[in-house]
Amino acid sequence: MTSLFLINILMALAWAAVTGSFSEINLALGFVLGTAALYLIREQVGTTAYFSRVGKAFNLAATFVYELVLSAWRVATIVVRPKIELQPGFIAYPLTVDRDFEITMLANLITLTPGTLSVDVSADRKTLYVHCIDVPDPQATIDDIKNGFERKILEVFR
Amino acid sequence: MSAVVTILAGTMLVIGSLFALVASIGIVRLEDVYMRTHAASKAGTLGSGLMLIALAVYAADLAVATRALAGVIFFLLTAPISAHLLAKAAYEAGYRPCADTKEDAMAEVFPQKD
Repeated sequence: MTSLFLINILMALAWAAVTGSFSEINLALGFVLGTAALYLIREQVGTTAYFSRVGKAFNLAATFVYELVLSAWRVATIVVRPKIELQPGFIAYPLTVDRDFEITMLANLITLTPGTLSVDVSADRKTLYVHCIDVPDPQATIDDIKNGFERKILEVFR
Repeated sequence: MSAVVTILAGTMLVIGSLFALVASIGIVRLEDVYMRTHAASKAGTLGSGLMLIALAVYAADLAVATRALAGVIFFLLTAPISAHLLAKAAYEAGYRPCADTKEDAMAEVFPQKD
């Protein structure tokens, strides 16, 4: 996985060396060409997983931006209401991911999504405490995160 | 071409500053520190991010654009962490959530001192 990415970068450098220009644009072009080359031989050298993983990573990033826009919009509509009526609360979210950087990533994604803000991780790394700006139904919020971000993170990093 | 770029950058600037404005209204109007962090971390990030992207579009210079985009990425990386730390520190310091708070799963972990 990582080695394929390195090979891709080496191919970009080789392209820049051969064409005699190390400008950013030429390096980027070399990277794209290297990716295309790796894509062509994906069956032979087993890079199919590399591409599906890159696709999933892009998918995760796109979801992230989309949720950020949605959450900012939601905060905006809450804030400009004449009367603010909300049911905020702390919920305990049972974690499935267990590696530190996955927890970090999930916590950051939760913070930037509509109405939720991660506050703390329990000492045994099994529970994430999340503050919700409006939780009529805590279980529904937990299920949303489980089926949304956590699943996507598992797909990209496992 | 340049007119399109100007209009696009201008629109993004206006929308970005609207979100920044909403974030600050939220900080004033919402009830406790946790809800205020919601406003600051989300609407604030989107607002500043949009304004930086507007700069990247308008500059039409790779060096400026990459720096502006790096700024956006650092915003996305740091905003959730600072919001998280603020909320955690406030809770551990004994700042109680506002009276409307329906459920408090953290009360067991950090019993509040009276």
